[in-house]
Amino acid sequence: MRIKLRIWRQAGPDAPGAMQTYQLDHVSEEMSFLEMLDMLNEELTAQDLEPVAFDHDCREGICGMCGIVIDGAPHGRYNSSVPTTTCQLHMRSFADGAVIDVEPWRAGAFPIIKDLVVDRKAFDRVIQAGGYVSVNTGSAPEAHSTPAPKRQADKAFDNATCIGCGACVAACPNGSGMLFTSAKITHLAMLPQGQPERALRVKAMVAAHDAAGFGGCTNIGECASVCPKQIPLASIGQLNRDLIASLFKGDGK
Amino acid sequence: MSATETRDAASSYFTVGAEIHDSKAPAGPIERKWQKRQFEAKLVNPSNRRKLTVIMVGTGLAGGAAAATLGEAGYNVLNFCYQDSPRRAHSIAAQGGINAAKNYRNDNDSVQRLFYDTVKGGDYRARETNVYRLAEVSANIIDQCVAQGVPFAREYGGLLDTRSFGGVQVQRTFYARGQTGQQLLIGAYQALERQVNAGTVQMHTRHEMVELIVVDGRARGIVTRDMVTGAVEPWFGDAVVLATGGYGNVFFLSTNAMGCNVTANWRAHRKGAYFGNPCYTQIHPTCIPVHGDTQSKLTLMSESLRNDGRIWVPKRAEDCVKDPRDIPEQDRDYYLERIYPAFGNLVPRDIASRQAKYMCDEGRGVGPAVAEVDRDGNQRQVRRGVYLDFSDAIGRLGRDAVASRYGNLFDMYAQITGENPSETPMRIYPAVHYTMGGLWVDYDLMSSIPGLYVGGEANFSDHGANRLGASALMQGLSDGYFVLPNTINDYLAAGPFPPVDASTPETVAAVDQAKGRIERLLAIKGSRSVDSFHKELGSIMWEYCGMERNERGLMTAIEKIRDLRQQFWSDVKVTGQSQDLNQALERAGRVADFMELAELMCVDALHRRESCGGHFRSESQTEDGEALRHDDEYAYVAAWEYTGEGAKPILHKEPLVYEFIELKQRSYK
Amino acid sequence: MALTGLVLIAFLVMHMFGNLKMFLGGEAYNHYAEWLQGALESGGILEPLLPHGWFIWIFRAFLLVCLVLHIYCAAKVWAASLRGRGRKYVSVTRREQTVSARFMRWGGITLGLLLILHILMFTTKTVRTGFTASDEPYTMFVKAFGNWWVLAIYIVFMIVVCLHVRHGFWSAFTTLGGNVSPKARAILNALAYFVAALIFVGFLLPPVAVFLNLGVN
Repeated sequence: MRIKLRIWRQAGPDAPGAMQTYQLDHVSEEMSFLEMLDMLNEELTAQDLEPVAFDHDCREGICGMCGIVIDGAPHGRYNSSVPTTTCQLHMRSFADGAVIDVEPWRAGAFPIIKDLVVDRKAFDRVIQAGGYVSVNTGSAPEAHSTPAPKRQADKAFDNATCIGCGACVAACPNGSGMLFTSAKITHLAMLPQGQPERALRVKAMVAAHDAAGFGGCTNIGECASVCPKQIPLASIGQLNRDLIASLFKGDGK
Repeated sequence: MSATETRDAASSYFTVGAEIHDSKAPAGPIERKWQKRQFEAKLVNPSNRRKLTVIMVGTGLAGGAAAATLGEAGYNVLNFCYQDSPRRAHSIAAQGGINAAKNYRNDNDSVQRLFYDTVKGGDYRARETNVYRLAEVSANIIDQCVAQGVPFAREYGGLLDTRSFGGVQVQRTFYARGQTGQQLLIGAYQALERQVNAGTVQMHTRHEMVELIVVDGRARGIVTRDMVTGAVEPWFGDAVVLATGGYGNVFFLSTNAMGCNVTANWRAHRKGAYFGNPCYTQIHPTCIPVHGDTQSKLTLMSESLRNDGRIWVPKRAEDCVKDPRDIPEQDRDYYLERIYPAFGNLVPRDIASRQAKYMCDEGRGVGPAVAEVDRDGNQRQVRRGVYLDFSDAIGRLGRDAVASRYGNLFDMYAQITGENPSETPMRIYPAVHYTMGGLWVDYDLMSSIPGLYVGGEANFSDHGANRLGASALMQGLSDGYFVLPNTINDYLAAGPFPPVDASTPETVAAVDQAKGRIERLLAIKGSRSVDSFHKELGSIMWEYCGMERNERGLMTAIEKIRDLRQQFWSDVKVTGQSQDLNQALERAGRVADFMELAELMCVDALHRRESCGGHFRSESQTEDGEALRHDDEYAYVAAWEYTGEGAKPILHKEPLVYEFIELKQRSYK
Repeated sequence: MALTGLVLIAFLVMHMFGNLKMFLGGEAYNHYAEWLQGALESGGILEPLLPHGWFIWIFRAFLLVCLVLHIYCAAKVWAASLRGRGRKYVSVTRREQTVSARFMRWGGITLGLLLILHILMFTTKTVRTGFTASDEPYTMFVKAFGNWWVLAIYIVFMIVVCLHVRHGFWSAFTTLGGNVSPKARAILNALAYFVAALIFVGFLLPPVAVFLNLGVN
């Protein structure tokens, strides 16, 4: 395959950036998108040019480190027939001769570090605010002492599959991190272990979300559409429901 | 060559030092040892803990869990990781499950049996005392994780579901669909972030450890490179814990994450920490086969697939190009079921892997033919893949039941290969997956450098020569939640140690070393990219130090590695500068360390003239082609001491004394 | 924002029913208008609970407060978005965003401007299009919509309103925690389209009828 890439190059956080065009001639269909970028980087290195910086690690769609906006959609969602991470997008999804636009996540809360690499510490700050069950090591009761209904547990699991990649934020016209936040809220809200801190958690996490510089949610749905783990928009509904319920509880006032 | 001559051949690569006889496990019955150790350990008064700083490198199951737990205890923890968030550590990719001796299934499971299975699975090359403790705390791990909100699979009654996993006959594996590692890691990550919020843990992401600081014989700090600004800075503490994972990426292609590296461990090794059993590598039998030479990594398909999938190849080589669905039952060779009727498709990983290799070597492999170079330097085309077939399971349980068990794995496979496993059999092939070797540690998980602790895959301790499925998560969390936090206090009780700072001569030297190395890499300005060296190193290791090793091959490999290392230091091209995000520079530093480790792995593999677990020496096999151990000569841990660049390492043997388990030749027939 | 939005939607529905009264003839329509203003001899709405003529002002004040709050919240969300989304993409693909969602903000502003015009025309009667200040409500209505361009502006107004209501209705209920399952999502979305369509049709029937001289006299 031959492809043309238009990639956002930006030397540093404060440097101006611009799209640059590269041509690749011997791309194989079996390659993943990141392997294609590896190939480009090998060529750039051979020409003594600096390779394109991009984040990636596990390359099996689970660590959440990779994330590139491809043809205007995070992880190239609309180039793929199934929800995907960038590392699991394969070149067979592109036509021979395709022109592919490659940009970093763009969001106020995710400043660009270099080229396609952004800083996603804002997500950690949201979790720090309450995305956990407060249980010290060693103090846990026997696992079977609290049964968890399977249906609820499955829903918790569906939300717990969030990989924190930030595609939801990148896709959101408001730059909101609400889908990410709601996935953690829903995960813990569906389990018996998450109940004691439920009201406190939702207040604290939503406040941290806003303080981290994310925009507000206006229920558009772009986030859920690009989520590689298919966290549903309904999770945001659950967050809202918990948030409203928490207003009538004493916790966290 | 006669036996004596070969011994000489191997021994010309190393010298032998003093044996290690005390691993610091307390005396007494094995089931009382851990309790005794906890009782005898010196304690640190809660009000004094905040005056003590622990440096934790790594945020995976071991590192994240330990950092969180030490933070909860009130210590001051500095935690580092190279990723952009602690949640990305590669523990996240473990799919299948986590073992625990809960006996919820009422199927004769017990701590004793998990202990026995792990020692046996490790082919009797693990230290009994550590393994027993692992089995002992395994049940607590499940309790802890459930309390954290880890969404394990449950049955309709609301209780936890379990399944059986490679190499054992009881159902003791807890799981969360095919994403157990992810769920456990997120649990540890949440606990960790809770401590960050509480102020006990200071998190430093995108920081790579590039040097260890040892002062007066004690590990007192590390030097890191800030991967965003390039700043090289020292950090100080009263103890240092490395939980930096395995070194499977020495093979270039492995199931490890791209960033997994040995640098932290290797830097510690160079400063005096012994490296234990570096040649013990686990090759995972169920990975997606290589598609071509631009492949950057291999993807694992959980071994749990072997519970319901049947592995086969065509009986005749000419059938290999056919559509598998067109090959009738009588022309299929379900070779694992044929050779190992008792365990069938659930034989341990090393056996399953090696048999797949043999089938492909015989020319009965399936999938695309890939070019490779054999040991005589000849190019050849080989099909490297075997079928993993679910049609029986789908017939028996129905498509939905199979999908509910393996749905996400099937999707993953379909996404990567473009084929649907519920329609056509999966193709799988072994890939490097886990390294049982690692820094040598005693019963307390302290390395040979006082104050340097090592947890999780980074240490060598619990899996012997082969790790059982679903035991890595168990070990990581056991080390992190329960072992380290109960042993490190014994050392810290003597602290705080005399202050060290940036002007301490050892710090200055370590920072200079780190900076010097970076400058040297950037100054070479050669002609070959870092990746090209890494790929070449990987193919040497895979060919000569992979699933099957022999003396001649290993000696060849050592020569090739030395040559390659020399070329690397004279011809590598690292673009960019050190003052910003420079991924080529990061990789170059890691590959440089892999080059040194690779040689030690080969020396270790060469010296161990027996087959055990993941280490298969073709010279040492039974008439049936099974791994043959030599317990009289090799029932020891090989702990290697570094003596300088290009100098022979020193071998310290730690004899493995089996008091509670009788050594048997492993048999899965 | 959700609450004020829903109040405003409720008002729209009420207003729409009022407008539809004109199909009952001029008398009924004028009677309704006077009843609202408390200008009837028998008093009017909520009398004697409230003194004569108070209701309309309380009601207007309440709507105005809702509107101001609504705009204030919108401004805050907008500001957060500008900060939250950072630099614009060079190329962007949006699949889920509906037209209605897309034009919430600019649509809201347009809607506000048209609303002012609407009030200037029919409440304060400052802008007169073919009617005089002393005309009865019904007459005013008929005369105004006899002009094609008044009708045209009104249609634009209604399009903007209904787009705003479509996304607003769905979004309000989601914000209030109504959307917790795919089924709930489908129901809320369907309701949102229904309400938007209802308002559109309900508001346009009378003026169109006037313009086409159907059923009105």
